[in-house]
Amino acid sequence: MGGTSSKLSKDLLSEYQELTFLTKQEILMAHKIFSELQDKENGPYSARVSMEKVFTLPELKSNPFRKRICQVFSTSDLKDGSLSFEDFLDLLSAFSDSATLEIKSHYAFRIFDFDDDGTLDARDLEKLVNSLTGETDDTRLTGEEMKQLIGNILEESDIDKDGTVNLSEFQHVISRSPDFVSSFKIVM
Amino acid sequence: MPRHKLIASESDVSIEVDEGKDNEFSLYYVEVEENSKGGKEKQATRDGKRRRERNGEVNRRRASEKRSTEMGDKRAERKHEKHHKTTRKEGEKHRKRPRRRSADEEEAEKESSKEKKNIKNERTKTIKLEDEKEKDVKKKRKKHVKNEEDDANPGKTKQKDCQEVALKEKKKKRKKPETTSESESQSESNSDSESKDNPAVGVLGSLTPEELEKLKEAVDERKKLITTLKGKPWPMKKKLVILRESQEFVEKYEGALGKGKGRKLYAYKVLMMKKWMKFQRDLDNFKTACIPWEMKIKEIESHFGSSVASYFIFLRWMYGINMILFGLTFGLVMVPEALMGKPYGSMPRKTVPRVEEASAMNFAVLWDFGGYAKYSVLFYGYYNNQRAIGWLKFRMPLSYFLVGVGTVAYSYMVVIRTMARNANEEGGGDDTSFNFSWKTFTSWDYLIGNPETADNKFASITTSFKEAIVEEQESRKDDNIHLTRFLRVLANFLVLCCLAGSGYLIYFVVRRSQKFALEGLENYGWWERNEVNMVMSLLGMFCPMLFDVISTLENYHPRIALQWQLGRIFALFLGNLYTFIIALMDAIQLKRAEEEIVKKNMTIWQASLYNGTVPDNSTALPITVHPADVPRGPCWETMVGQEFVRLIISDTMTTYITLLIGDFFRAVLVRFLNNCWCWDLEYGFPSYSEFDVSGNVLGLIFNQGMIWMGAFYAPCLPALNLLRLHVSMYLQCWAVMCCNVPQERVFKASGSSNFYMAMLLVILFLSTLPAIYTIVSIPPSFDCGPFSGKNRMFDVIQETLETDFPAWIGKVFSYASNPGLVLSFLLLLVLAIYYLQSTSKTYKRVNMELKKKLQTQNEENKKKNKLAALKAANELEQAKKAGEQCSNSASDLGVNEESSSIDEAGHRRQAGQNGRLIHPSQSHHTQNSEPPVSSTHTTTRPPASRGHTASGHLPGHPQKNAHSNRR
Repeated sequence: MGGTSSKLSKDLLSEYQELTFLTKQEILMAHKIFSELQDKENGPYSARVSMEKVFTLPELKSNPFRKRICQVFSTSDLKDGSLSFEDFLDLLSAFSDSATLEIKSHYAFRIFDFDDDGTLDARDLEKLVNSLTGETDDTRLTGEEMKQLIGNILEESDIDKDGTVNLSEFQHVISRSPDFVSSFKIVM
Repeated sequence: MPRHKLIASESDVSIEVDEGKDNEFSLYYVEVEENSKGGKEKQATRDGKRRRERNGEVNRRRASEKRSTEMGDKRAERKHEKHHKTTRKEGEKHRKRPRRRSADEEEAEKESSKEKKNIKNERTKTIKLEDEKEKDVKKKRKKHVKNEEDDANPGKTKQKDCQEVALKEKKKKRKKPETTSESESQSESNSDSESKDNPAVGVLGSLTPEELEKLKEAVDERKKLITTLKGKPWPMKKKLVILRESQEFVEKYEGALGKGKGRKLYAYKVLMMKKWMKFQRDLDNFKTACIPWEMKIKEIESHFGSSVASYFIFLRWMYGINMILFGLTFGLVMVPEALMGKPYGSMPRKTVPRVEEASAMNFAVLWDFGGYAKYSVLFYGYYNNQRAIGWLKFRMPLSYFLVGVGTVAYSYMVVIRTMARNANEEGGGDDTSFNFSWKTFTSWDYLIGNPETADNKFASITTSFKEAIVEEQESRKDDNIHLTRFLRVLANFLVLCCLAGSGYLIYFVVRRSQKFALEGLENYGWWERNEVNMVMSLLGMFCPMLFDVISTLENYHPRIALQWQLGRIFALFLGNLYTFIIALMDAIQLKRAEEEIVKKNMTIWQASLYNGTVPDNSTALPITVHPADVPRGPCWETMVGQEFVRLIISDTMTTYITLLIGDFFRAVLVRFLNNCWCWDLEYGFPSYSEFDVSGNVLGLIFNQGMIWMGAFYAPCLPALNLLRLHVSMYLQCWAVMCCNVPQERVFKASGSSNFYMAMLLVILFLSTLPAIYTIVSIPPSFDCGPFSGKNRMFDVIQETLETDFPAWIGKVFSYASNPGLVLSFLLLLVLAIYYLQSTSKTYKRVNMELKKKLQTQNEENKKKNKLAALKAANELEQAKKAGEQCSNSASDLGVNEESSSIDEAGHRRQAGQNGRLIHPSQSHHTQNSEPPVSSTHTTTRPPASRGHTASGHLPGHPQKNAHSNRR
């Protein structure tokens, strides 16, 4: 672990504080966690941590959206969902306590947008519901129920009736929800 | 699919427009920047001649630009066009890969040609053209940045983001050629080279006030950007770059702004601002570091989800409140009395009476807060009624009274403030129109980090989905409604019986304990002495379980069942508490009767004292009797305080013991006996216990209620409570982490917090009622406590007013307390409340209406857009078919004429709906009236009949149809 990455410079730290919703302690903590992940990484040292290693974090271990979360926050050119430290900070910032509803809903939308096409269509919604109900068959919804559910969701949220939920519609729906901000959180 | 595309491209267009605009403004920035840069350079070289030259050039350039904007100079036009081109390319890039905007320009250019093909939609193109025109017009107007931004789609933050991105990107790119002195990038260099024709020109001082203003605005803009940067959904790399650039920019020009003296001041202000920001950030860091138990709670949060954590957060909040209460009573009542009041043993009320002396130090007695504990600062009776104590002339009785009132007032304030804040945060949450969407989008609790909890959550989400679907279908089969109704009535009856029984039990026990107390507690064992508290605690422990069993009869939805359960427990606790208080009131009456007797005996005793020992000469010294021997009244206030303290202690003990037995030992048994048991203990009958959030919260709330009730008579109560909360924080954290399993029904924490608060408020109100009653209507004991000798406790206020303040204040107060004035004031208050309430209602209604209006307008707009797009597409299709149709029309003219007359109604409908029903009506048409024409023929040419109507073969309606279709 190179000397540059094992310790954050003071300037960088203050810049990170400026750019995220995290406090100094949280950034240092995140850095520690990230360095540990880097240590675990076998193979040559790199600034990125692969998605599989990120999944070993207890905070993400049981999250059904962990893959999407990594993909959304990753800036990797290979689209492999690996995270650099800055991506990791972005992730924590968006999921932090003090992040605004706007940024939270933005990222939530991107996480739910499984095919990255900028809208939530019926297929995205189906995937989303399936992630929410778990992998086991006894908790899965039947095809009929799924159809009904997606129909209802679109009926409620799809204001312009184009068959998909776009970002502004999504934010409109989310902004009225009482629980979103309190549950869209990950703390390290 | 085409619609979808349309929308995507529409948003692109708007992005592009903004970028285009900004482009020019960033261009302007560069100008200014260069000017000032040149200025600095010049100041260094002090070359006056060159300065004049440059100024001249600047002016010339400015003039030429003016000309160009006014007259529409060709070169400028060309330049703009080039700009638009580049920006359009960039806009496309943004659409395609919104996440990676910071990628380099060249790649984008390569891609742009490919991406251009994506834009097929005609409408998009037309819009683009329009926008470009508009942009040019705006450019000519040459407003400054601020106005421009206001013009550009207000409220659309996303676009604004893009705008800023563009601005920054341009800026960056501009800088590069500047530093490397020769341009590398092809597209931007045009504009750059133009401004480079006149190398680094102008002085800062030579800037006109407007330009300075603009620069200032730009700096402010940057500053705003810096503060809002963290709220932008961009990758960190980009944010970092922008932040550094903006900071550099701000630093560079901030000090340069202003002139002479003002400049220094400005620089100073900026510096201080920076320091202040840093200080604030450090303070924030410090504050978060100071929040106790943060890590503990976070750990629990990640294991058990937010609802269990909400209990601990509530506990912490309670702890904070009790800290304040403790500070008040400790600092203003207990410590002054202990330090400055008369010492122990100096007077009867501060001495253990002779009869109790022998056992006063026994542990059992002290545990009950008798003996020395009873005659100490911990209880009301110890305090002296001396008006001012110590060298500070501390007004002890007044302080005691005010602290009593202050704690309650503070609690009210805090609870209500918290409720208001919660209500604010939840604002609009009551809207139930997004039931399904919320279930889908917000039901996952991202804090859950425990696989077991996650499984529970999956299951609960699935059931909630299924339930919602079933409810939506409203096909819920009611199996034997009479039975369920009967069972529910039965359950409620049983619960009522339980409540009444527990109430009676408590009343009975309290009465019995009074009998014991009259006969002297010494003759009885531990159980008799602690009967009341034990019974109350046991009831509080077992009744909820009983209710839980009963509630299975009712077959309610779990959420509703939980509410019922909470309501019942609340009723139980409240009933118990109030029975206890009523019994206590009886005890007070008894004590007061006793006091009367003691008072009478006192005079007899005094007389006998004097009679027996007074010698003949009356000038002898007054007789001194040891204070322990002086007879004294029963002091009901101390009795009340003692009762509450005992109650708290026993309550705490039961809580801890239940925790140990019910959670810890159960978990240990289940874990270790599981290996040698005939069924699976872990998943079978006993299993591990769940953490009961609502029950624990209720317990906490009632505990707090008892504190509020008793704190006036036992100043030590907040301290005790603080201790209790502190211990339970650790104990319960430990218990939860080591022996509880996550709840099966995982509820959300939010939404319930205000419910808890509301309960707390109710309890606060109910617990202040008896306290106020005793303070106001029962005269204090004659020989103990700070108010002894007074008729009522609140007389202390009047006394203070009369003696410590000038006479006129007392007069004002006496006038103010005149019932006429008080009544009218009350009336005014009621009116004000009524007025405020009605206005808030009106606001709410107006708000709702506005919301509705916005929504409908939004929908209408979208519909309109869509219709327009559809029509455009239709027309295109029609035009295409028209030629085709012309050639064919001759062949099936006759047939169509007949058919269209039959199908007129269908056409009219079609027209009314603006062409939306074209296909259905056509299929009608083909099926009903065109048997001779082969079906393949018509299906290949769907708009055939339209072609007829449009070409005016039918008189009357068809003409109209054509018009409306075209429109």
